Amino acid sequence: MLIPCPFCGPRDLGEFSVLGAARARPVVAVADLDGEAAVAAFAAYVYERENPAGPQAEHWFHGAGCQHWLTVVRDTRTHAILSVTSAGTDEAAQSLEAAQGAAPEAAP
Amino acid sequence: MTGHRLPAGGLVDRARPIPFRFDGRPLTGLAGDTLASALLANGVSVVGRSFKYHRPRGLLGAGQEEPNALMEIGTGARREPNVKATTVELHAGLEAASQNRWPSLRFDLMAVNGLMKPVFAAGFYYKTFMWPARFWETVYEPLIRRAAGLGRASGLPDPDRDAHATLHCDLLVVGAGPAGLMAALAAGRAGARVVLAEEDVRLGGRLLAEKVSLDDADGPAFAATVAAELAALPTVTVLTRTGVSSVHDGGLWLALERHAGPDGGPATAGPRHTLWTIVARRAVAAAGAVERPLVFAGNDRPGVMLAGAVSTYLHRHAVAAGRRAVVATATDAGWVLARDLLAAGVSVAAVVDTRQAAPTGFEAVAAATRVVTGAALAGTRGRPALTGVDVVADSRTIRLDADLLAVSGGFNPSIQLMSHLGDRPAYDPALGAYRMAGPVAGIRAAGAANGAYDLAACLRDGAAAAQAALADLGLTAALPDLPATDPTPVGAAAAYWTPKAPGKASAAFVDLQHDVTAADVTLAHQEGYRSAEHLKRYTTLGMATDQGRTATVDGLAIMAALTGRSLAETGAPIARPPVVPLPIGALAGPRRGAAFRPVRLTPVHGFAEERKAVFLDSGAWKRPQWYPLPGETDWLTTVNREVAAVRAGVGVTDVSTLGKIEIEGPDAGAFLDKVYANRPSRIPVGRSRYGLMLREDGFVLDDGTVTRFSETRFLASVSTAHAAAVYRHMLFCRQVLWPSLDVSVVAVSDAWAQLAIAGPLSPAVVAALLDDGRPITAETFPPMAAAELTVLGGVKARLAAVSFSGERAFELAVPASVGDRLIRQVMAVGAPHGIVAYGTEAMGVMRVEKGHPAAAELNGQTTAHDLGLHRLLARDKDHVGRVLSARPGLTDPGRPRLVGLKPVDPAARLRAGAHVIPAGASATAANDQGWISSAVWSPTLGHAIALAFVTHGPDRMGETVRAWDGIRGTDIPVVIVPPAFVDPEGARVRV
Amino acid sequence: MFSAAALLKNALSGHTGWTPHWRKAAPKPRYDVVIVGGGGHGLATAYYLAKVFGITNVAVLEKGWIGSGNAGRNTTIIRSNYLLPGNIPFYERSMKLWEGLEQDFNFNAMVSQRGVLNLYHSDGQRDAYVRRGNALRLHGVDADLLDRDQVRAMVPMLDFDNARFPIEGGLLQRRGGTARHDAVVWGYARGADRRGVDIVEGCEVTGLRRENGRVVGVETTRGFIGAGTVGLAVAGNTSRLAAMADLRLPIESYVLQAFVSEGIKPLLDTVVTFGAGHFYISQSDKGGLVFGGDLDPFPSYAQRGGLPVAEDVAACAMAVMPMLGRLKILRSWGGIMDMSQDGSPIIDRTPVEGLFLNAGWCYGGFKATPASGWCFAHLLATGELHPDAAALRLDRFSSGRVIDEKGAGATPNLH
Repeated sequence: MLIPCPFCGPRDLGEFSVLGAARARPVVAVADLDGEAAVAAFAAYVYERENPAGPQAEHWFHGAGCQHWLTVVRDTRTHAILSVTSAGTDEAAQSLEAAQGAAPEAAP
Repeated sequence: MTGHRLPAGGLVDRARPIPFRFDGRPLTGLAGDTLASALLANGVSVVGRSFKYHRPRGLLGAGQEEPNALMEIGTGARREPNVKATTVELHAGLEAASQNRWPSLRFDLMAVNGLMKPVFAAGFYYKTFMWPARFWETVYEPLIRRAAGLGRASGLPDPDRDAHATLHCDLLVVGAGPAGLMAALAAGRAGARVVLAEEDVRLGGRLLAEKVSLDDADGPAFAATVAAELAALPTVTVLTRTGVSSVHDGGLWLALERHAGPDGGPATAGPRHTLWTIVARRAVAAAGAVERPLVFAGNDRPGVMLAGAVSTYLHRHAVAAGRRAVVATATDAGWVLARDLLAAGVSVAAVVDTRQAAPTGFEAVAAATRVVTGAALAGTRGRPALTGVDVVADSRTIRLDADLLAVSGGFNPSIQLMSHLGDRPAYDPALGAYRMAGPVAGIRAAGAANGAYDLAACLRDGAAAAQAALADLGLTAALPDLPATDPTPVGAAAAYWTPKAPGKASAAFVDLQHDVTAADVTLAHQEGYRSAEHLKRYTTLGMATDQGRTATVDGLAIMAALTGRSLAETGAPIARPPVVPLPIGALAGPRRGAAFRPVRLTPVHGFAEERKAVFLDSGAWKRPQWYPLPGETDWLTTVNREVAAVRAGVGVTDVSTLGKIEIEGPDAGAFLDKVYANRPSRIPVGRSRYGLMLREDGFVLDDGTVTRFSETRFLASVSTAHAAAVYRHMLFCRQVLWPSLDVSVVAVSDAWAQLAIAGPLSPAVVAALLDDGRPITAETFPPMAAAELTVLGGVKARLAAVSFSGERAFELAVPASVGDRLIRQVMAVGAPHGIVAYGTEAMGVMRVEKGHPAAAELNGQTTAHDLGLHRLLARDKDHVGRVLSARPGLTDPGRPRLVGLKPVDPAARLRAGAHVIPAGASATAANDQGWISSAVWSPTLGHAIALAFVTHGPDRMGETVRAWDGIRGTDIPVVIVPPAFVDPEGARVRV
Repeated sequence: MFSAAALLKNALSGHTGWTPHWRKAAPKPRYDVVIVGGGGHGLATAYYLAKVFGITNVAVLEKGWIGSGNAGRNTTIIRSNYLLPGNIPFYERSMKLWEGLEQDFNFNAMVSQRGVLNLYHSDGQRDAYVRRGNALRLHGVDADLLDRDQVRAMVPMLDFDNARFPIEGGLLQRRGGTARHDAVVWGYARGADRRGVDIVEGCEVTGLRRENGRVVGVETTRGFIGAGTVGLAVAGNTSRLAAMADLRLPIESYVLQAFVSEGIKPLLDTVVTFGAGHFYISQSDKGGLVFGGDLDPFPSYAQRGGLPVAEDVAACAMAVMPMLGRLKILRSWGGIMDMSQDGSPIIDRTPVEGLFLNAGWCYGGFKATPASGWCFAHLLATGELHPDAAALRLDRFSSGRVIDEKGAGATPNLH
């Protein structure tokens, strides 16, 4: 399977490692870091997953290539890659939003 | 069944006889034979025994569909079981042996299983062998296992090697029969990059196995002409002896090429196989079709053969499969065969057509032989091989004498590859078969694989499929001029999957290799196993090495008839990769033996090797574990000496494997404060500090040191084991979590060789290494000081006064290319001080003596609280793991927490993995209070010491507990002590 | 009743006396308990609900055919050699149930205690296995430490001579082994059916109906079915079902591949796991070598695997047993693993009243089948967590009392 890395071009799956679903780390004021809300927000961030059968944005690391973290939007039912952008960029944030907006269909 | 070679014809070289052996018996075939055709030419009728009942079996097919003729090929370490004789090119010296029989193929004692046939129905084993319970492993199962299985593995390491290679193309064409040839030709002429893969040794497919004419050429001649043009086209790659095995996401295909010597035998040099990864933008699957047998009582007797296979042996190998044939057919294909047999001078006793009327166009055949229409097959005679066939027509039983019964029940398009990506074929009632309706993931079926059985249609379909595939890619291909052909009728098959005549359904085989009969399918239906998968799993139908090619659809059809549902409703056969059994060695490729994983060597490896160091596998690294001196016979002596030398003098060890990450930029400090749980931003320039990293879930990720070389430039040293993961994590923090920080993160682990020089005499050694001659004292270069400087006459270096051993110590790094020079220089300037090289084991002893956690303690399950490092956690900032590390589940003092243990008896030995049990308590889970993570013999203290995680450990100093090592049979009283055994005040680093 | 005598009697009458092993039940309007998922876990739950608790007004709803999920897509290994106290009692419960299972449900599931041998290749790995072996023994679970010679005597065809990572020894659980996966499904189905449970195949759940915050039934492709209690046992689809109740779970789904070779004569008498890579292998009673390795790297609901992992599995196979080179892979397949965030399962209530969860089995679900059914039935029947599964709570993720055998943290594909 070839992944269209925006920096390196199409590259073999074996060059990448996958962190799983892309999520946004909670932003909590320092004064509130010990609060229950912070724990709940971080626990949700760290553990809970939507785990859709359909498009989802994921974080992939091109370790054997450009060493960029990428936001890969992929269909978990077909493995089709819908977009690949450099993670942490505005473009990636848009692709993440787009993936979350796409209604996943029923599980296969 | 009395097969014999015909005097003329065929694609065999009569001038090149090939000697071979079958079950030790010397036989001779011809160049161009397969093992199967050679056996047939020698009159061999029984070629194997079935899986369950050990029934004698003959050849059914001529290719991958063959269920019966499984052989052990080769001898010694090269013996390979379960090879289909129909796929083996005959070559000199070939040793073939039948399998799954004892003592011999002709007389197989296991055939008594056949007498038990009434009992051994589908799934019988689920209903018995349950009492007494312990008999399963001791009596029943060993018997079943011995009776089951097929061939024998060699049991010896595979002596050959296999290669991996990659091809890229616009169009992959699978199969070089008429459709595949036309597809490759159309695309190749258009200039597309084409790979044509054919599992056979020559191109042509059915063109080589049937009597056809294409313009003025016969099949082989036409195939040869196209092959010659393909060979000349610059963008076409033709791979023969190459079976396409699977297709994967993203248009990746696996194809196995068998490398052969000049005579078709195994290659004598180079790899045995190349497993190609073919990256194809589009594909045409032209793998042909598999003929369906007929299901009737006695259909497994040697001498019953697929009509197409009889045709292959006749035309390609010039072998008549029998002397007196009956052709039983549900399609026109049987009539074509009858015509060809007659033309070759083989007696045809009758053509038995299950349809009501004989087809037109075969009047000459009808005139030359007996014709029975509207017929059903009632049974066969002969032992072991066929001598007669009983047919029922108009309620009359007709007894026919024959030694060959050629059967044709229609065709199943070979579309297995097209289900590999999850698509299911659909039943096409007009075709009477399952097919893949449209393109699937850029793959188009063509030719017989697409239900186009007529030769002209097949040629046209192949070319059109290539044209359409190229059109997808924006390329234009013209259709080649197609040759004129005679019509090759097939006609729709009249289904003949359920036994239509009296005769035992339990003798009507559906899956020949696995001995699944029509009665078994009926039983599965009766017991509720009616879905396609339940049928398969309950009866084992279609799960044999022929992958159900001749069995699955017939089985489904029988089930459909029983349930009254259509085949479309009954389910579809789903093929799982690989299409053809794939050798494990070929899939592994070059990653064998010592090449299983890469080996990483440090820049000073040569030095350690010269000194006969014993190496430790640490991930991919080879690290010197200890350096034995002549006369030292046990490792403990060596390690004790190394430790003592460091503690009393000075030693040097290779720490190049540590991860080294440079962090530079105006926000470098702020970034590190996010990554580390403490405060690297407060490290003064020219100093190092201990650093602790958490995962976001609050558990400890890694520890190490952080050194600040300037306001904006830091170097993080991370553990060997976690080097790659920590770097990836830091980049994640940098690129994803805090992209706005102005900082660069670069791994420089491999760029630097790094040595630790430790011991009270280390300052003198280090001072002697430095170009600037600066003094190294507790004042000028105190513990945790760091500097960039030069050594070895202008070589840039990094020096940090950090200690893992607890002694005054330094880590000195130079560019990797200079590492070897540096360690030799260290040994030279250290010689007057008695310097020793020491390994990871001595390092480990000293760090346990100091109570420093290492890999065994930082195992991903421990928290800062567990490790006694919670005071380091900064509370006044956000960092990775900040919030979740404070959860009760991670800070509970009842969690096992780090302590030291020492034995009550100083002579006792402690070992890691023992659990901690209270004194006087029984060894039960309720009393399990922790475990020893690291244990060493301390030469400094003269007794064993250990680091352990113990419930409420820090509150239990001085308590005597037990190190319980039940699995190794020891139970040792130990005292809980602080983890730092040697110099707990840290005075020694300050010398 | 299945027995040798019954088999013989039927053989003489042409096997006409056998009846369906479970009825093709049509759904009734309402059940006391509806279990979603006709895999091993769902059917075992129904079986024990009926057998142990006498609750028989139960339906098991299966969208396809029973056993079509991971119950029929695994490498059939059974063992209870876990490390952590949260897991050991649960898996040992399972092992004890395996040991009497066939006599209990009167179906030969070919439970074969041929041993599970975990190889180690370094001192560090040995220490970790000693820790585990001692933990097992403290829980009364069998464990033995083998040195290199003992391993060689037991499995002589391993690579002891040319390996990149030489074998130093192994941890052996003699009571571990294999079972015939499909037969486990069928045995539980037959046993549950005989006790009155309705097994409804071809019935896909499309929604969970709630009233006043409580689950009252399920919407299905065969209409609404009322339920007093709903239990989810739908490995591979857990997140999708939970989403119907607006729950987000600590689960991400990945593909695990498995492979079977052509049948060969008996060669390997025990289950062997490789310690220097991801690889495990055993030989089935039919003669096929059954083996597998690591998860495919990305989240997936497609039941197929990719090349890099397949090639790595083969490389591991050659590394540990170089005699496998000329044996051939007959078939490979992929199952969807609901990977939990700590690698351990969940058997618990959910925040939605009346809705219970049996999930997060990662790639360890098959061996857990009996205890999963046993403990889930206990939970459904009594509303209380079974003591053996007391640690397998859903709230352990928020509290931090995770059960992380590998120490991989909240990275599901590393467990």
